[in-house]
Amino acid sequence: MIRFVLTRLLRAVMTIFAVVTFAFVVLRMSGDPAQVMLGPDVPQDAVDAFRKAWGLDQPLWVQYLAYIKSIFSGDFGVSMRDKVSALQLVLERIPATLQLTLPALLLKLLIGIPAGVYAALHRQSFADRGVILLAIFGFTIPSFVMGLLLVLIFSVILGVLPSGGQDTWMHSILPTITMSIGGIGILARFSRSAMIEVMGQPYIRTASAKGLKWSDVVWGHALPNAAVPIVTIVGFMVGSLIAGAVVVESIFSWPGIGRLLVVSVTNRDLAVVQCILLMIAATMVISNLVVDLLYGWLDPRLRAQTAH
Amino acid sequence: MTSADMAQKQSAQPQSARSGVLGLISYLRRHVPFSVGLGIFWLAAMVLVACFADSLRPYGITAMDLTNRLASPGNAAHWLGTDELGRDVLSRLIQSIRVSLVIAFGATILSAVFGTALGFAAAKFRGAVEHLVLVLADFQAALPFLIMSLAVLAFFGSSMLLLVCLMGFYGWERYARIARGLAISASAQGYAAAVVQLGATPTRVYLRHILPNVASTLIVSMTLTFPEIILMESGLSFLGLGVQPPETSLGNMVGFGREYLTRAPWTMLAPALVIMLTTLSISLVGDWLRDTLDPTVR
Amino acid sequence: MTSALLEANNLVRIYQIRRGLFGKPTPVRAVNGVSIKLMPGETLGIVGESGSGKSTLGRMLLGIDPAQSGEVKFEGKPMAPPGTAEWRALRARMQFVYQDPLAALDRRLTIATQIGEPLNIHKLIPKEHRAARVEELMSAVGLRRDQAGRFPHELSGGQRQRAVIARALASRPRLLVCDEPVSALDVSIQAQVVNMLRDLQEQNRIAMIFISHDLKVVRNIADRVAVMYLGQIVEEASSDVIFHSPRHPYTEALVSSVPVPGKILEGRRILQGEPPNPAKRPSGCAFHPRCPLASDICRTSAPDLRSIGNGRTAACHLVPGETAPVAA
Repeated sequence: MIRFVLTRLLRAVMTIFAVVTFAFVVLRMSGDPAQVMLGPDVPQDAVDAFRKAWGLDQPLWVQYLAYIKSIFSGDFGVSMRDKVSALQLVLERIPATLQLTLPALLLKLLIGIPAGVYAALHRQSFADRGVILLAIFGFTIPSFVMGLLLVLIFSVILGVLPSGGQDTWMHSILPTITMSIGGIGILARFSRSAMIEVMGQPYIRTASAKGLKWSDVVWGHALPNAAVPIVTIVGFMVGSLIAGAVVVESIFSWPGIGRLLVVSVTNRDLAVVQCILLMIAATMVISNLVVDLLYGWLDPRLRAQTAH
Repeated sequence: MTSADMAQKQSAQPQSARSGVLGLISYLRRHVPFSVGLGIFWLAAMVLVACFADSLRPYGITAMDLTNRLASPGNAAHWLGTDELGRDVLSRLIQSIRVSLVIAFGATILSAVFGTALGFAAAKFRGAVEHLVLVLADFQAALPFLIMSLAVLAFFGSSMLLLVCLMGFYGWERYARIARGLAISASAQGYAAAVVQLGATPTRVYLRHILPNVASTLIVSMTLTFPEIILMESGLSFLGLGVQPPETSLGNMVGFGREYLTRAPWTMLAPALVIMLTTLSISLVGDWLRDTLDPTVR
Repeated sequence: MTSALLEANNLVRIYQIRRGLFGKPTPVRAVNGVSIKLMPGETLGIVGESGSGKSTLGRMLLGIDPAQSGEVKFEGKPMAPPGTAEWRALRARMQFVYQDPLAALDRRLTIATQIGEPLNIHKLIPKEHRAARVEELMSAVGLRRDQAGRFPHELSGGQRQRAVIARALASRPRLLVCDEPVSALDVSIQAQVVNMLRDLQEQNRIAMIFISHDLKVVRNIADRVAVMYLGQIVEEASSDVIFHSPRHPYTEALVSSVPVPGKILEGRRILQGEPPNPAKRPSGCAFHPRCPLASDICRTSAPDLRSIGNGRTAACHLVPGETAPVAA
């Protein structure tokens, strides 16, 4: 077990390292931040001074090593625009994003999984067809279309909910719904097919044939076995708690991480972009790691396979 | 047997060409569910629109009719109305369909070829190559694609070629995983091992035997990737980082239409509807294809 | 005396198996020092329980699995390492028949295409003659002409195995290794396929290694039989001799368990103890925990395979060697 955890951990660290390197290389290779920050008509000595101040005059690999070193000491650099610590800037925005994504995640779990399981247990019924149809709609409508449609209906036509901003709890209703609908569809669909797959297995027939109560068959035998694919999707959703809000935040002018990322990317604020990328990757990698470990617990068969 | 085989048999019967076509249509009517039929019809229409965009467009996409700005749909000159600069929404929509479909199609092919090649390489060479591919796949999975594209496009500037190439990385890790898994299981036992034992070269084993056998699974994955790439491209264009004006795409139209949501919702609704119908159709047709072609994947 | 077609000396194959999540890898000796000699046109049966290493041995003899020690010589030359061009070219001269014909055939190609594939790969005969050769092969294995365009799943199990055999024979190999070729087939069809194999083998003077757990089948086809237990050959003799007078206690037990029609099964030896587990190899003679005759020496020292006269060999302390006077 220890060995398994260690190899997974090593792979996770390598992945984060790859993301850091990718971010560094792409961002540094792509253009001169001095030009963007200062504008095109600045005198050369001002540009030189700017580059010296931010260490941009050093060779790329020196910058890279310095960057890695400072990350290890918890220093993610200083925002070139706001002149404050990038980490602080990012951390300030996280609560706002979580205020949307956590309730959205809850909605996805509480509606998506039961709907999928119910549909699987009542195949070919009216409810099953309804769930399938809604699920397909849920994930074929892009979130920006969904968001704008909701704004059109509830803000423009009905005028009952605000279309943007973060002032009251009313403001978070539309973004939360926008964010959860696609996930509900995906989860419902996956839970349904996972359950149908499991219900067809011989051990379920055995369990019901030996006279077990139907609810015990479902709760005791079917659900635990259907859990593996569902956990994968949920893990992915947890992993994208921070990243999942980019489009929605920009529709509803919500001051979260996603907005910060779009703004910083447009302004070429290197330190902030790197910090956000690292944070997003870390969330994703950690939740993937947890999912992998959960697999071992949920499905003993996978243990031996993933061990090497 | 696949429907293509059966369709072939159907048309191979001694019939005139005309009744062969009619036979095919009646065959489809009997064997294809209604919703899937609609999906096929819509997709065929989209492909035709994309092919003949130039002759279908009533106006140029940048032609401005300044006396007729934000005209509502339904008037004789502009069926779908005009936008804030008086440009014809229908013409822009037709061009957008072409641009979005071309990007999605090119990117889907790129990603399938790239991913499958890496997956086969991982299966063939194992060892270091396999580890490298898996680390790359992990990396791709760790960084949400939208975020990665955002960074790359913003810092390199958006161009059509870069956009297609970037989208071409979308979902490659899925093909790589599938291709690797199937190739390994095929060569561990069964027909691939048998062909190796006949003395076939690796190229022959992979191209002539393994590829045709995994093709149906890969095609099914492509039907999953295709709508996702449309959504990804329109999302990026919506954020102003994808297709750049004066060129237009579906997402880009929604993005600009958003500004006039209260005064001219049609500039946003028309492209939004096309996106929804297209992705919906591909999902329906893809699901159906999956069930007919490859009952082993769900 | 003609020289041997295939010669294997002291072959060893060890697999590393990890038990559980944190277990250290345990070496498993699947094949443990096996030597074999096969003359052109001769059929050697290899018999053993599952886990005796007989399939691994078959794959090593063809050079598919490399040997960790020991060597395989084909026509006097050492086997090329797998994956090399030389190894690939050699495939035209040695072929394999699989246990599961459905798995061994590509489900997307017609059987005629697949039967002709070795001709295609090795460019053996001009293109225009290939179709005729495929037809000839199909009729040789008893497939009808109209089945040429069929796909594997459209054929019965016996027909599929016939197609696999036709494919194996396409390049006119000199050696055929058959790994349980009929155990996946219905009993009623087994005999047909075995008889057909024997006829083809005799007509074309192909040497054959016939691997099976089924003594009846092996008796039908093999000139000589080698019995394997836990990766080693414990007894080898000509087919008739070994069935009439088995010497090794394990062979005796195997032979006594074969039912003979019209006779009540008497004097049957039922083996005690656990079936062999290659990961937990007993000390001394590997068979001693199940051997009814085991004595102290069997528990401590492993017997060598030695000649016991009449061209037979056996690995047992209790069977006297050739030099010792033959008792009983």
